[in-house]
Amino acid sequence: MSLFLQQIMNGLTLGSIYGLVALGLTLVYGILHIPNFAHGALYMVGAFMSYFFMVDLGVHYWVAMAGSAVVVAVLAILCERLVFHPLRHSPPIHDKIAAIGILLFLEAVVQMFWGADFRRMSSPFTGIMNFDGLIIPEQRLLIVVSAFALVVALQLFLRKTMTGATIIAMAQNRDGAFLVGIDSNRVAMMTFAISGALAAVAATLYAPINLVYPAMGHLVIMKAFVIIILGGMGSVPGAIAGGMIIGFAEAFGGFYISTAYKDIIAFGLLVLILSWRPQGLFAKGAH
Amino acid sequence: MLYKIGTLLMKPGAKLVLLALAIAFPFMASNEYQVYVMASAFVWAIAVYGLNIITGYCGQLNLAHGGFFAIGAYTLGLLTADAGWSFWPAFIAALVMSAVLGFLVGIVSLRLKEHYFAIFTLCVGFIIYLLIDKWEGLTHGAIGVRDIAAPNGFGVVDFTDTTPFYYLVLAFLVFAIWFMGRLSRSLLGRTFLAIRNGDELAQSLGINLMRNKILAFVLSTVYAGMAGALYAGMVRIVGPEEANINHTFDMITYLLVGGIGTLTGPLLGTVGIVWITQSLQFLEEYRMIIFGPLLVLLVIFAPRGISGSFLTWMHHKAQSLAPGKKRKHSKVTADQKAREAESNA
Repeated sequence: MSLFLQQIMNGLTLGSIYGLVALGLTLVYGILHIPNFAHGALYMVGAFMSYFFMVDLGVHYWVAMAGSAVVVAVLAILCERLVFHPLRHSPPIHDKIAAIGILLFLEAVVQMFWGADFRRMSSPFTGIMNFDGLIIPEQRLLIVVSAFALVVALQLFLRKTMTGATIIAMAQNRDGAFLVGIDSNRVAMMTFAISGALAAVAATLYAPINLVYPAMGHLVIMKAFVIIILGGMGSVPGAIAGGMIIGFAEAFGGFYISTAYKDIIAFGLLVLILSWRPQGLFAKGAH
Repeated sequence: MLYKIGTLLMKPGAKLVLLALAIAFPFMASNEYQVYVMASAFVWAIAVYGLNIITGYCGQLNLAHGGFFAIGAYTLGLLTADAGWSFWPAFIAALVMSAVLGFLVGIVSLRLKEHYFAIFTLCVGFIIYLLIDKWEGLTHGAIGVRDIAAPNGFGVVDFTDTTPFYYLVLAFLVFAIWFMGRLSRSLLGRTFLAIRNGDELAQSLGINLMRNKILAFVLSTVYAGMAGALYAGMVRIVGPEEANINHTFDMITYLLVGGIGTLTGPLLGTVGIVWITQSLQFLEEYRMIIFGPLLVLLVIFAPRGISGSFLTWMHHKAQSLAPGKKRKHSKVTADQKAREAESNA
């Protein structure tokens, strides 16, 4: 029983991280209809920035997380301004290739400064809590709680504030948003900033129980894509639900089926689902 | 002046000069290593031609291309090293394998459009990598496949030597380009272009989207499998890294720099970039610091690469020089004409 609960905890942890990354991806897709292949690289840069702030500048974990979120948010805005904005009228294949270009560039830069080694990042939350045989490391609890808080905060921002409403409006109907005087540049930059910051926070949360290395974004971004396809591209609740589905599938699959193949589970699910419903699980209408 | 050089390059004879240069290359090279590098550039160029069919002509960004390259390499490697086949039957088997797997992936993935297709193939590429890496019983996992057979020679020709292998690869490359040229001029090639320019319009003209897309996809995977099999026969040892997504990204870079959707682009881009990275050895690890932004700049400012930009420029020049012709061509029609000119070139 406690092993089962343990897997639930693992599923929740993975689901939270995947959900945060997928949220950023789905927001950007909703606004600009760009599948941002560089999002995984932003996640990776987020982890390295926190590592840099903590190890080289010696600041506290939370400060490092905030600093990294700011840096990556600025980076994401730069990507939007310098790359995706000029490409807004190009055929869709162009922004995908440009996103791959950004991804390759960011990875190479990080590798130049830090090398390709695997690094361990410490966190002040190293304790382990024992609830009647159920062992929960503090960091995992922190991940779940922070992800939940962030999702609630993001929902409040999107639903209750005027600025948040502009993002929703533009995702719903671009022309309608223009008609009521919404500045698309501002919304696009804001969306990219939020998406970058979410990626950086997710990376900083997850890095202490994982490792930090230049290729760390690859698997995460692919799983995030699987998630937003599951949840419907552009849908915020879909990203969270999809994140949890993949997180749990991996935790249970990895435990009860095979550890070696656990990374295939997400992609196998995607192949199955897209063969059956090419438009995604929860999406309305075909794309 | 530049225009005159350009017209010379566009002449049919230019191809023969290029071929003669390629045949003479081993005699001009100062050492065997250069011949080896050129042969590997040609192998990659064959794979990039495959990518050009599905991505350049048909407009579907296939991110599993490196995976199919690895499937070709592993089919050949496993059949020769483990099953004891000789090279040529295994080579045919590698082509068949990449065609069959390409067909199976195609019937699922090509129902998806644009972004979905790109993301799906990204995942397929990763599944191929994971399977090769983890399925130790079949693929030997991370150790890779060793002792792969070299192509059987005949008479005094021994393909374990670099120079004969170079000519073998060159022969395959010439065949690949010739086939591609025939394809791009044929009705089928124009059908692919129509699909790239607009799914729905193509469909309304009575084009069977699914059938043509699958055909383009299978052709592209066979090209990738052929390149992979040749690669395995050249380096004689393959590992899971052949299926790494970075190979797909490299091939996209070659294709885009050379000119996506053009006949000469893949060759130009691959050979050019392979030599640039070779001559700047220190770049090898950090080459993406340059090529990453280069990709971005290319899609923003010159999305048609070297070949495409050259053809467009030649066309504009030809129009402005042509006497007694109306000069009021809109940019769009000029571009279209350039495209036609190049698919005829």
